[in-house]
Amino acid sequence: MTAAPVISAKDLSLVFHTGDGDVHALKDVTLDIEKGEFVSFIGPSGCGKTTFLRCIAGLEQPTGGTLTVNGLSPDAARRARAYGYVFQAAGLYPWRTIGGNIRLPLEIMGFSRAEQEERVARVLELVELSGFEKKFPWQLSGGMQQRASIARALSFDADILLMDEPFGALDEIVRDRLNEELLQLWARTEKTIGFVTHSIPEAVYLSTKIVVMSPRPGRITDVIDSPLPRERPLDIRDSREFIEIAHRVRDGLRAGHAEEAL
Amino acid sequence: MRAALPVLVVLALIGALWYAAVPFMNIRVSLDLAERMGETVEPEGVNVRRELSVPTLLLNNPGRIGETFRLERPRLPTPGQVLSELWATSGAMVLEGRGFSKRSLIYHGWITLRSTLSGFALGLALGLAGAVAITYARVVERSLMPWAIISQTIPIVALAPMIVVLSSQIGVEGRGLPKAIISAYLCYFPILVGMVKGLNSPSDQQLDLLKTYSASGFQSFWKLRLPASMPYLFASLKVGIAAALVGTIVGELPTGAISGLGARILIGDQFGTPLAIWAALLAAAILAGLLVTALDMVQRSVLRRRGMAA
Repeated sequence: MTAAPVISAKDLSLVFHTGDGDVHALKDVTLDIEKGEFVSFIGPSGCGKTTFLRCIAGLEQPTGGTLTVNGLSPDAARRARAYGYVFQAAGLYPWRTIGGNIRLPLEIMGFSRAEQEERVARVLELVELSGFEKKFPWQLSGGMQQRASIARALSFDADILLMDEPFGALDEIVRDRLNEELLQLWARTEKTIGFVTHSIPEAVYLSTKIVVMSPRPGRITDVIDSPLPRERPLDIRDSREFIEIAHRVRDGLRAGHAEEAL
Repeated sequence: MRAALPVLVVLALIGALWYAAVPFMNIRVSLDLAERMGETVEPEGVNVRRELSVPTLLLNNPGRIGETFRLERPRLPTPGQVLSELWATSGAMVLEGRGFSKRSLIYHGWITLRSTLSGFALGLALGLAGAVAITYARVVERSLMPWAIISQTIPIVALAPMIVVLSSQIGVEGRGLPKAIISAYLCYFPILVGMVKGLNSPSDQQLDLLKTYSASGFQSFWKLRLPASMPYLFASLKVGIAAALVGTIVGELPTGAISGLGARILIGDQFGTPLAIWAALLAAAILAGLLVTALDMVQRSVLRRRGMAA
């Protein structure tokens, strides 16, 4: 690809100073993410995958190295509405309706009333929640709530979608369904997606690029470019390629552990 | 009706206990009075009776028990006596068209209510302002909170006369303002503590979410912190308004106030009319109940609008 990467990290480090001494959450992380890629970050707890996502979002400040988002600093990119962020918990405001929750970023960003309505209707359709605009969060299932929170992140048309274990708290069946829907959404909107997960099948099924990370210090141990086609039915998970990639991810995770044991 | 039943049962129990206590509390007064009227009681002589226990006196004079329920100045009036005194100084006066005369509890209740509400408004403003300051500036928490806590350890009955005297010294006319200050002093604290908790109730994730929108501090206050604090606000408002009422009544007790429920209690004490004291007490309790109920209704309507089961 000739275009500049959307997200570019070079020798990125982040050290937290705690009472128990310094913790290297990230050490020398170098990674380029191109436009339109679906990148998964996988690794055990403490490997820095969430921290890296939060650095991209400007929620954490790296202590070393460089990081650009759309060619800007993460803070500047955030102000330019470069990304939408989806957290592990849907985090919908219980006192707002689904429509009201999706309207929240639009209100803050100063969209006109008419445009707010138009956008809420559009993203609700995108996540297949049309007709639920006037419902309150407690009236929806966990999966539906997470879809609403994805709609909220999509509502202001950021090019990048950052997702921090968005389906981690959902059961397997709902998760499969949402994974499928997320791929369709990605194909339709052509967004660049950064996706943190604990699940190997989820990472392999969704991603064009899988970043395997290991803890203490948090670093990248393997980057796998997926040979799977963009069009992926659920049963692709039984194919030989799929199983091979899953193997390589597992090996990467194990290698990270073995190193730690030494 | 099903909801009212437990309340009515408790009310009936309290009433029964109260009536049962009346002969015990009043028998001495009743015997003293009867003896003074020249009737024979057993045993005779106030000093002799002082040596005997109340149950013994009741056993010796079973014929006098009925009178203990009808004394004009009892130690403990019956609920019926209190209610009829309350009616005589409120409802009955309204029917006569004198509902707002200076002898009516409605007039005195209104005086107390007015001070309570202005004190409550003052305390609410102080409590909210303090909570917002503490939420946004750590240094305020460290400098303000110890004083707020110390302020609540000073007995209000000691402080109230000082506030009244000081405010008259600096030329404040009437008792409205000092009373409001005293009630604000009592009610700001629960509101402060509740709102500090409420404004800090949003999770880190909710605050991060607003950060990803580059929301200003003002926006995160209006869109997140304030709405998230509503359940805490109403809980502390209910405590606060009851405290404000107590503060006003305490403010009406010292140094010769002549109007307000607190003044009625004091005057009733000075003139030895227990029925008036009890009627004023009951009126204060009813007033407190009405205020809390009103807040409860506001809370229900707010919660319903926010889609929560009320």
